[in-house]
Amino acid sequence: MLMTYALYIAFGAVALTLALSMVRLLRGPYMGDRVLSLDTISINSVSLIVLYGIARETQMYFEAALLIAMFGFISTVAFARFLLRRDVIE
Amino acid sequence: MTETSPVEILTAILLLLGAFFTLVGGYGLIKLNNPMSRLHAPTKAGTLGVGSILIASMVYAFDHTDGSLHELLISIFMFATAPVSAYFIAKVHVHRDRIGTPLPKLEDDREWATKVKSDTSD
Repeated sequence: MLMTYALYIAFGAVALTLALSMVRLLRGPYMGDRVLSLDTISINSVSLIVLYGIARETQMYFEAALLIAMFGFISTVAFARFLLRRDVIE
Repeated sequence: MTETSPVEILTAILLLLGAFFTLVGGYGLIKLNNPMSRLHAPTKAGTLGVGSILIASMVYAFDHTDGSLHELLISIFMFATAPVSAYFIAKVHVHRDRIGTPLPKLEDDREWATKVKSDTSD
């Protein structure tokens, strides 16, 4: 009972955070803010997947969370390097 | 009505803590009005929220399924990479003159390393 309500609140908070970072992604105003919003979206997707794993009482979604975490970091670094150097791999 | 176990109470507390910190990170991303300030909210509060939710998942897995320390891998990865990506985004802001105040002048006519190839624009 307690777990159900806590999970609902956590799902709501993470979904709201995703919506807020989507607003920042669309509004900008600078490219750095958009990259930061994408980074936040990928981090929050990880917590959304982990929450879904708790709700279904399974360990199956762990690999998906780990992959999204790794690709989120790599894409953030690639975007930042592109904005800095106009070239990702020198 | 079943009895609530201590593990479930601990998991619920960790989940609520994670939800709170995640929400603080998202709200700060909208509320703050300066690119360098906006960098603080998701990279610190947001990472703490994800770490809290991952610990909650780990505690709950030990009670309900086989139990494993898998989630520790994600949290260590998160805590190691969040400062690196924040540093890169801050470097983008410095490179594009988005920090509000001009950079301090360097002695002996040297230039800031991130500004040497400053031929880019939005």
